[in-house]
Amino acid sequence: MSTATLFLLALGLGLAGWIAGRSRAWAFRKSVGPRQLAALPTYHAWYVALWIVVPVSLFAVLWSIISPSLVLQSVLSTSAAADLPAFGFQRDNLLREAQAVASGASSGVFNDAARPLIEPFRAAISYYNIVGVVAALIIGFVAGAYAFLRLRPDFTARTRVEKAVMAALLIASLVAILTTLGIVVSLVFETYRFFEMVSPLDFLFGTMWNPDPMSSASDPDATRYGAIPLFWGTIFIGAIIAMIVAIPLGLMGAIYLTQYANPKLRSWVKPALEILAGVPTVVYGYFAALTIAPMIRDVAHAIGITSASSESALAAGLVMGVMIIPFVSSMADDSITAVPSAMRDGSLAMGATRSETIKRVLIPAALPGIVAGIMLAISRAIGETMIVVMAASTAANLSANPLDSMTTVTVQIVAMLTGEASTEHHTTLSAFALGFVLFLVTLALNFVALRVVRRFREAYE
Amino acid sequence: MTVVHENLEDTTAKMGARNVSVYYGDKKAIDNVSIDIPTEYVTAFIGPSGCGKSTFLRSLNRMNDTIPSARVEGEITLDGDDIYTSGMDVVQLRARVGMVFQKPNPFPKSIYDNIAYGPKIHGLAQGKTELDEVVENSLRRAGLWEEVKDRLEDSGTALSGGQQQRLCIARAIAVDPEVILMDEPCSALDPIATAKIEELIDDLNGSYAIVIVTHSMQQAARVSQRTAFFHLGKMVEYGRTSDIFTTPLEQRTQDYITGRYG
Repeated sequence: MSTATLFLLALGLGLAGWIAGRSRAWAFRKSVGPRQLAALPTYHAWYVALWIVVPVSLFAVLWSIISPSLVLQSVLSTSAAADLPAFGFQRDNLLREAQAVASGASSGVFNDAARPLIEPFRAAISYYNIVGVVAALIIGFVAGAYAFLRLRPDFTARTRVEKAVMAALLIASLVAILTTLGIVVSLVFETYRFFEMVSPLDFLFGTMWNPDPMSSASDPDATRYGAIPLFWGTIFIGAIIAMIVAIPLGLMGAIYLTQYANPKLRSWVKPALEILAGVPTVVYGYFAALTIAPMIRDVAHAIGITSASSESALAAGLVMGVMIIPFVSSMADDSITAVPSAMRDGSLAMGATRSETIKRVLIPAALPGIVAGIMLAISRAIGETMIVVMAASTAANLSANPLDSMTTVTVQIVAMLTGEASTEHHTTLSAFALGFVLFLVTLALNFVALRVVRRFREAYE
Repeated sequence: MTVVHENLEDTTAKMGARNVSVYYGDKKAIDNVSIDIPTEYVTAFIGPSGCGKSTFLRSLNRMNDTIPSARVEGEITLDGDDIYTSGMDVVQLRARVGMVFQKPNPFPKSIYDNIAYGPKIHGLAQGKTELDEVVENSLRRAGLWEEVKDRLEDSGTALSGGQQQRLCIARAIAVDPEVILMDEPCSALDPIATAKIEELIDDLNGSYAIVIVTHSMQQAARVSQRTAFFHLGKMVEYGRTSDIFTTPLEQRTQDYITGRYG
């Protein structure tokens, strides 16, 4: 509540600074003429505004962190706090209850012992609110005045504002990287706990996956945690079957659309293809489970393979392949279109046919984009859960027969996390280990793909 | 309408155009052009920007086919055969009538593969040694061999602009064409690279029928024996280069070569 107030205050002060800076710059402009002003008045205005908004916002963040403990300190120093139990759960509970009432988050106390604490809390909160606002005002004013007084006709406000914008852009790009790091760190921690119970060797090279959530929490049976069938299922469904479908179809579609289709056809086929990417995967799941899987089973039975079940890796893989066609074709389409037409003309003028031109000139030149699209598609397929749950079952089989039921890493992660066992149990923790190894595998895949592309790419500029 | 000088020597017409008009959609870019391209000489097309000379050049090996809205009327022949009939295979045609573009456009492949591309797709060389020979000969003819013989595996795009253009000429020669069309081959090059290309055109003269489109009248005067002046989609005047530049018969040609417009 008070943090929001402080942010609003920052914006308000910033607006005032903006207006003040701008009017001062306009005054310069009038006295010395527009040519003599080193930056446009707007940049002067933004310079002052940034000098106010940034420090006050930083203060607001800082204050929201330290003010609760200041409030608590001052409450504990009052006489009402003397009656509190010295330590423990009860004491914390009373304090929390009193504070909730005082700040308006709840309307009454459950425990009467908390009642005398409400008033001191209320007083402390309103006192520190005022302190915070006053401090913010002072900070905003001092910073704003500093910036305001630095404005001169020859003051290079633009370069400074641009530096601030650049810093903001840098922070934006760092956020994604830091988030990734955060994910890795949190995974590492849980993974480590799992590997304390189950040896990584059993996990990575075991061939049976059959965790037992009912077993003793302290003494897991490591032989039930062999992740090979899961990773095999993931690769078989996501990277082999799905890619056998998606790469040729996506690539051929892109080639047709960029090289052969007339513009009118292209103008509606391309968007239609991209709509495929927006279909929720659960809808594909229905399609796989209700249409494709039974069809595959019937065909298999008809040709004499009676062991075929209605849940098969093939069904999941085929539908997944269709699902990711847009990723492959869209990226391939864009990168083929981006190859300069001079390349194509050069090849055609040599007497090359269209197909020779495509195979020998366009695709090699567009290779980085095509491979990037395929990598995106593989990542997508490996991370896909819904279709597999619906069409390929949750039974971990280590088999090269596409008609067998199979499961993937992500499906098992969901199964382990949503299972009956507590968060401390090894079945739950195994989900983190699976996630961590999956993360490493996809990272390695991406790395290799990048290296391969760099080696084989034909840069046209 | 077109003035053709009467003192031209007897030549064999490698290519011929009769009443050719080219349209882009509804717009007429070339209007009723008739000309013979001699086997023995270099023919230059000159004229101000937008006069249609490049369009006409591109219709000689049907590169205009790649532009959906382009349409050619009239008759263009290669050794007497109409190249726009359905019986003419455009792939065969372009193998016989090669082209060099305004901006050097080597493939993003190695120098070797740039040259080997054409012979490979046309099956002109059997085996590695023969292919090596074709590559070396083509590079030698283009005057590039000494400069690149030690780095045939480097990318063609790593060469300088002038070397790239000579690579493109070598690439065109490698499929052993009968005609080479050059669309302002020096406009992106500096004077030294330009001089090398012009020297190369002189060397190739006689082995191939060469047609060059150029903005530079000096270049046309230096490298060609026949010159056609184009203006506003029409061919205004055609004759010996020396005559066009010294005693043009048309006022517009006179104005253009003396720099009054264009």
